[in-house]
Amino acid sequence: MTPVYLDNNATTRVADEVLEAMLPYFTEFYGNPSSMHTFGGQVASQIQKARQQVASLLGAASSDEILFTSCGTESDAAAVHAALRAFPERKHLITSTVEHPAIKALFEKLGKEGFRITTIPVDDRGRLNMDLLEKSLDEDTAIVSMMWANNETGTLFPVEAIGKLCREKGILFHTDAVQAVGKIPMDLKTMPIDLLSLSGHKLHAPKGVGALYIRKGTPFTPFIVGGHQEHGRRAGTENVASIIGLGRACLLAEEKMAEENTRVRAMRDRLEKELLSRIPKCFVNGDLDARLPNTCSISFEYIEGEAILLMMNQYGICASSGSACTSGSLEPSHVLRAMGVPHTAAHGTIRFSLSIYNTEAEMDAVIEKLPPIVKRLREMSPFWSEA
Amino acid sequence: MWDYTDKVREHFLNPRNVGEVENPDGIGEVGSIACGDALKLTFRLGDDKKIAEAKFKTFGCASAIASSSALTEMIIGKTLEEAENISNENIAEFLGGLPKEKIHCSVMGQEALEKAIAYYRGEPEKVLEGEIVCHCFNVTDVDIQRAVKEKGLKTLEDVTGYLKAGGGCGNCHEEISNIIKASQGISIMEPKKPAAGLTNLQKIRKIEETLEIEIKPALMRDGGNIELVDVDGNRVLVRLQGACATCSRSRITLKDHVEARLRTLVAHDLVVEEA
Repeated sequence: MTPVYLDNNATTRVADEVLEAMLPYFTEFYGNPSSMHTFGGQVASQIQKARQQVASLLGAASSDEILFTSCGTESDAAAVHAALRAFPERKHLITSTVEHPAIKALFEKLGKEGFRITTIPVDDRGRLNMDLLEKSLDEDTAIVSMMWANNETGTLFPVEAIGKLCREKGILFHTDAVQAVGKIPMDLKTMPIDLLSLSGHKLHAPKGVGALYIRKGTPFTPFIVGGHQEHGRRAGTENVASIIGLGRACLLAEEKMAEENTRVRAMRDRLEKELLSRIPKCFVNGDLDARLPNTCSISFEYIEGEAILLMMNQYGICASSGSACTSGSLEPSHVLRAMGVPHTAAHGTIRFSLSIYNTEAEMDAVIEKLPPIVKRLREMSPFWSEA
Repeated sequence: MWDYTDKVREHFLNPRNVGEVENPDGIGEVGSIACGDALKLTFRLGDDKKIAEAKFKTFGCASAIASSSALTEMIIGKTLEEAENISNENIAEFLGGLPKEKIHCSVMGQEALEKAIAYYRGEPEKVLEGEIVCHCFNVTDVDIQRAVKEKGLKTLEDVTGYLKAGGGCGNCHEEISNIIKASQGISIMEPKKPAAGLTNLQKIRKIEETLEIEIKPALMRDGGNIELVDVDGNRVLVRLQGACATCSRSRITLKDHVEARLRTLVAHDLVVEEA
């Protein structure tokens, strides 16, 4: 059965162009870019090309501002720790209530180590409380870290406005843009963002490669020490093929940006509209006015998400759930809870996330298969008859 | 993805006996929508006093639905005396095993059966025994002690997998670990006793301090907050903020958790109210 893959916020398929660009670097050009011979050295120039491709997608002023890492989580950790070392006297950190675990768990750990952590809440549509953010910034604040796009709902934070507030107070601003990069246009050279994390496998590059944007002039000390790779900012032999793949994927994303925001968006909107009209008692989560073009988070009341996913799995439909039961934790997603989504619905939340590889026929499959699944599970639910 | 057995999958995709028995002899309801799973079991006895018909309605994940379906198959044709010997382990065994994080699904089946039989016999509903330890899932210290002793649970993860206790906000992890240790005969420190004979000013300061240190950090992790508005005799007036202000469950938080902590640490007669 060919999967109907609608879980692209979890990971994406590697694009053919990307794989093709990578392959020679496994068996043909396998030299170490740090070597003193041409065979190795020629690889370094390809890494440099990839760096430019990443910088171009981000609209960065210079490719020197791009640091390759192993993943989004490493980029996040490197950014936050660099800020803490740059301002050792500052003991206050600010984030939001809806961050990815890469930031959430890091801040919780730093909180236990004695840092003062402020987590800014969101409203019922996932919009950040900007007043509270402004009031929370103080002289003791070392860094503000706010995601650009939410992985569960696709809600976009106003990073430009957040960065502006931080800059006025001389506070570093980091954004986890893992879900945003490649899906929405960005122009970092004109934006008040100091540090930005991205991950390769969310934009059709392989797993195991990421990058950190470090605006020129931002204090930075390495998180991983050792050799002099990445201009001494991140030690460790480069993941050459994947870095080249990430560069190629960024070029592809630039080429497909318009399609992502037109064809993909239209498919997502149709899927959402059809499901809402065919299924009673369901609603879409997130800020409908500021949202990624590919993400749809939809809550089906009185049923549980894992059961929905496993029934869709019968038809090869791949999505994910905000339900507790899929994660091993017993509480539904912290993002939905922070938005105040009631328990009657939070457990039954499904996230569809599309990519350029999806087709209208795949949307039709979901539109046909999902309504009877929801109906069947509701007939089993003790809460449905009372609803 | 969970490692479900073929039998779990089969019972989930083709559940037996879904629905409600008309004019049932026994009704057992456990769980809640907030907890993420719930089961309503109904049965009817035949003239031979054996269970002639049993049906279920379940809100929950695949293993909750499969456990409910398995339960109905297991009890049909049995007398109540036979049925009440079915344990959660029997339900899990029937399904070829459950992932350890999902054991509570089979426990839910056993509890619903117990309740349904008690309903038939006209036995009064069991009242909560002991003090609530896990406020997310309403689990008491007595429940935990009993489970640790009877099921040989050894770790916090075991307790969470079995009773769900500790699977939510995590504030009770230390307390659960202490109960496990105590049940294994390891001595633990006595809880702090309420301070006696406080002046009004001391009392207010202690309430403030308790809210700051004990309550606020936990609420803030969930995007909420709490503000002390006034103290009037033994009435503590507070205001919930952020995510707590819109969360229906925070009313329970307020009553159970905040009040319990203040009573333990400040004065035993305090009543928490929303301003």
